[in-house]
Amino acid sequence: MAGLNKSEFKNPVVNWIDTRLPVFTMMQKEYGTFPTPRNFNYLWNFGALAMVIMMIMIATGIFLAMNYQPNTALAFNSVQRIMRDVNYGWLIRYVHQNGASMFFIVTYIHIFRGMYYGSYKYPRELLWMLGVVIMLIMMATAFMGYVLPWGQMSYWGATVITNLFSAFPLVGQPIVTWLWGGFSVDLPTLNRFYALHYLLPFVLVGVVFLHVAALHITGSNNPLGIDVKTPQDTVPFHPYYTVKDSVGVCVFLLIFALVVFFAPNFLGDPNNFIPANPLQTPSDIVPEWYFLPYYAILRSVPNKLGGVCMMFGSILVLFVLPWLDTSPVRSARFRPLYRKLIFVWALAFVVLGYCGMNKPEGIFVILSRICTLYYFFHFLVLLPILGKLERPLPLPESISRPVIGGGGGPMPSGAVAKPMEKA
Amino acid sequence: MADPSAATAGHHGPAEGVTKRDFLQLIAVSGAAIGSAAIGWALVDSMNPSKDVLAVSATEVDLAPITEGMGITVMWQGKPIFVRHRTPAEIKSAEDVQQSQLIEPATDASRVKPGHDQWIVLIGICTHLGCIPLGNKPTDPRGDWGGWFCPCHGSQYDTSGRVRHGPAPLNLYLPPYAFETDTKIKIG
Repeated sequence: MAGLNKSEFKNPVVNWIDTRLPVFTMMQKEYGTFPTPRNFNYLWNFGALAMVIMMIMIATGIFLAMNYQPNTALAFNSVQRIMRDVNYGWLIRYVHQNGASMFFIVTYIHIFRGMYYGSYKYPRELLWMLGVVIMLIMMATAFMGYVLPWGQMSYWGATVITNLFSAFPLVGQPIVTWLWGGFSVDLPTLNRFYALHYLLPFVLVGVVFLHVAALHITGSNNPLGIDVKTPQDTVPFHPYYTVKDSVGVCVFLLIFALVVFFAPNFLGDPNNFIPANPLQTPSDIVPEWYFLPYYAILRSVPNKLGGVCMMFGSILVLFVLPWLDTSPVRSARFRPLYRKLIFVWALAFVVLGYCGMNKPEGIFVILSRICTLYYFFHFLVLLPILGKLERPLPLPESISRPVIGGGGGPMPSGAVAKPMEKA
Repeated sequence: MADPSAATAGHHGPAEGVTKRDFLQLIAVSGAAIGSAAIGWALVDSMNPSKDVLAVSATEVDLAPITEGMGITVMWQGKPIFVRHRTPAEIKSAEDVQQSQLIEPATDASRVKPGHDQWIVLIGICTHLGCIPLGNKPTDPRGDWGGWFCPCHGSQYDTSGRVRHGPAPLNLYLPPYAFETDTKIKIG
């Protein structure tokens, strides 16, 4: 494989580098001329948005780390110092704090898009599984980051979540002690959470790289869910999707800025303004909103070990989703039943989140049990049999045919604006 | 961009010269650049001294206990400050120096406050590579000019804190300070 790259770049410096290390050729191939299905809708922005928010989180996180003290005696006050004394510290922290929420919003939409359009199906199973790994790393990172300000919710969140592992027989309690590095959540716990909270984002970057690399092998799915057949089905990534992604990024940053500047504590919990107190649990203890559905699943099971298993299972089931869904048709557009049922599943997920927000009493117990059951019923029962029962609608011949009529013809110069989401 | 003859032909527009697309591209790219610079400045500025650091940037020193010939070292902004009570002989030797003999010429009067020429207040950091010179205590080595002697590379300063022997290139710096009373100064 040794041999210099024949670079086509005119600029002599770029050419010199590219001959020896063809990064420019690679970027041109993967993000310049990369053939991309021509019929993306705006839901295909969310991968790029996730990439953007990941970079924002890493950048703001590094600057927060310069001022944060991972010590139980200092942590809470060091965060207050960031908010009051450090130049623009309030801005950097609010961006980081709300950025976590934005990251989850973007990722959840990205995942739902994958489920709706069947992006997890052959040949993108590994791409999907890497995505689930990314979500797990995100969750671990977000959880540990939430502990760092060392408020009441930080402390009790850490206590409750680490205690989940105590549900496992025999090994449970030793694992919890090992996680804590002591006999309660304390200084050693905070130190290791800080170290891991700094490490995991870079692990995340690595897995995201694999996710994108796998994507560039299989190519993107598209709203029709059918394969790219001819070059007429695609457009080069640049400028078509760089521009389309830029529009999405602008809207995203606008919403993000509105939250940061006008409602920075809307998604936070007031209890976290109270320094951690190991002797008193707050009366209402809830996780951050993005964990609420899983929290509701945990509480819906009356058995400790059962609840923990169901909670972890609700995410792990996603790993085998490509094999649970037996339908060969990808896009929900051509699956009349699945198209409705996926929204029923989404509704169950949202209701679970709402249940997680409320105390486990009365109606919420019943609701969260029904929704938990439906969550698993969807994956484990509905999807396997639906592929056999459902009569899919006829698939279009090619991506270009429904878009530009005749199909296969050269692309008209003005065919930029095209209706993509015909209900 | 205002000169159509200087601009290359538009890539996509029907007309030659500057196109609407060139304009949009310019606006979009400069908008992104300004936005990135604005948030970038917040990140960079966060590394500057914070409000709590700036708030402790002044130090008061009581001069009464310092006897003639003695010097003390106080902390100001994390740096050592030499405060020395000079003897009449030391003042005289500092004042009588020929300016032409100095590496960085400066009169003694320019380095003390008027009416308080027995007090010399200096930032105690060698202008060579940042070591702390010796000489505050009468038992320290004070060099050939009776001021301070830097143990790292042998720079020597006179009783006015002026460099007399290299490798240091400059006199010891003076911190901003003022006399609040005859026996009390405020540094910073």
